[in-house]
Amino acid sequence: MRVRTGRFRLYAAVGRSGFRRYATYRTATLAGVFTNTVFGLILAYTYIALWDERPGLGGYDQAQALTFVWLGQALLTVMALMGGGFEGELIERIRTGDIAVDLYRPADLQIWWLATDLGRALFQLLGRGVVPMVVGALVFDLALPTDPLRWFAFLLAVFLGALVSFSIRFLVALSAFWLMDGAGTAQVAMLAGTFFSGMLLPLNVFPGALGEFARALPWSALLQVPADVFLGKHTGVDLLGTYAFQIGWAAALLTAGRLLQAVATRRVVVQGG
Amino acid sequence: MADLTRARGALTQVRDGLRAYRLISAMWIRSLMAYRLSFVMTAFGNFAVTAFDFAAILLMFSQVDRLGGYSLSEIAFLYGATCTSFGLADLSLGSMDRLGKRVRDGTLDTLLVRPAPVIAQVAADRFGLHRVGRLLQGGFVLGYALVVLDIAWTPLKVLMVPLMLLCGAGIFAAVFVGGAAFQFVAQDAAEVQNAFTYGGTTLLQFPPTVFAKDLVRGVTFILPLAFVNWLPALYVLGRPYPLDLPTWVAFTPPLVAALLLALAGLAWRTGLRSYRSTGS
Repeated sequence: MRVRTGRFRLYAAVGRSGFRRYATYRTATLAGVFTNTVFGLILAYTYIALWDERPGLGGYDQAQALTFVWLGQALLTVMALMGGGFEGELIERIRTGDIAVDLYRPADLQIWWLATDLGRALFQLLGRGVVPMVVGALVFDLALPTDPLRWFAFLLAVFLGALVSFSIRFLVALSAFWLMDGAGTAQVAMLAGTFFSGMLLPLNVFPGALGEFARALPWSALLQVPADVFLGKHTGVDLLGTYAFQIGWAAALLTAGRLLQAVATRRVVVQGG
Repeated sequence: MADLTRARGALTQVRDGLRAYRLISAMWIRSLMAYRLSFVMTAFGNFAVTAFDFAAILLMFSQVDRLGGYSLSEIAFLYGATCTSFGLADLSLGSMDRLGKRVRDGTLDTLLVRPAPVIAQVAADRFGLHRVGRLLQGGFVLGYALVVLDIAWTPLKVLMVPLMLLCGAGIFAAVFVGGAAFQFVAQDAAEVQNAFTYGGTTLLQFPPTVFAKDLVRGVTFILPLAFVNWLPALYVLGRPYPLDLPTWVAFTPPLVAALLLALAGLAWRTGLRSYRSTGS
């Protein structure tokens, strides 16, 4: 039991350092907030034009569609939808061979990086998510929940989404063990992430089978699902089903990551002199 | 007489700058070509990333016939024009957003002691030929738009298309240089530049009727991005201009681009002069 709590304290410390590391870059965070806000404004107007033409498109009214835009901006860096999480660093460590040092540490590779990435995600949510959302709410009429429980349900969906996001990017990073350069996989993952998360356009606006396909993929857990929880599209039993969807993907992908990690570490050849 | 010497001096400086730019970018292209498959993949990736912007527009048009009163082919024209202009500027100057990093880690100093203009060195630094992906994508959409659009072409309208692309590239180039100059002060605020470059080109993909008047006013009179494509393209399309501007504004992009480039050059000089190395 003592070992357990010791481990937990270790990973908590790793998570805190992940948070603090991003908190150091204050100008960069401010710059990011500015960019998210500008993009939010531009997208919001295009959504207004779209929903003016087709009111109720995708089951959203205009206020809900606009809320979706700002949630997208708020969660963009949290979910590392366009990259920029831990994966670049891990790929670099695999490429240079520094990974051998990490494997000697008395900590699990996957949980270690998960802890740093959750720390990072929490910082991004507070540092880059809140201000654009507030600006969006001041400029436009948003559908903000009044029920505190719904906010809590949303945060839980964000946390589960962050788990799925991590597990996808962990797999991407591990591909570097075989490819020696993870840039290609990282780019493909980024493409899939922007397209299938709902960042381009809410997935319920995608036509027909494409929409159904997109909603079944893990990326929908990153933005579409938390946004729908926020907008009150999932309540009661349906909400539990939504969480099950996220947990299912997280569990499947984390397990895949575990297995791949075991195979990959057996491949490590430490060069020495 | 003194003027003449000075003018000649300035000319030599420009020539030296272009030469340095050509040499450095050629070196980076050679290094990229050492891994040809990797180059093809990143260029394709660049193409695909930007193609998603147009995919989003196509998805929107799977649900509607018009957006802000414009048809898909008209929006494709606006889109293709801004993406091509931006692609040109991004290909030639896209590396400039690395300046902040160089200021932070002190590697800018190396560039200062070399006998070539710093701006040429910064612009050609890690010259990314794979950025042609974006340019190609913009070009394809523009080509598509030109084929499907039903325009009563006049010589003036035909001339307007290449003019719009070049001046648009000039305006975006000024934004890149101005943004880099800002990084002398801000250091790790490269993302602010993204708001104006990527944000600007996203804005211009849609017709001005979509946006609030104040936003349109801002990108017409303050940061004149509207001159990249809106004003010249709406002339070609025969559509009314935003803010009831007179017809002749469609012909002003060369002036606007020249003015902006001059201002950006001035900002760059000021920034470079204010540069204090981080030391070690």
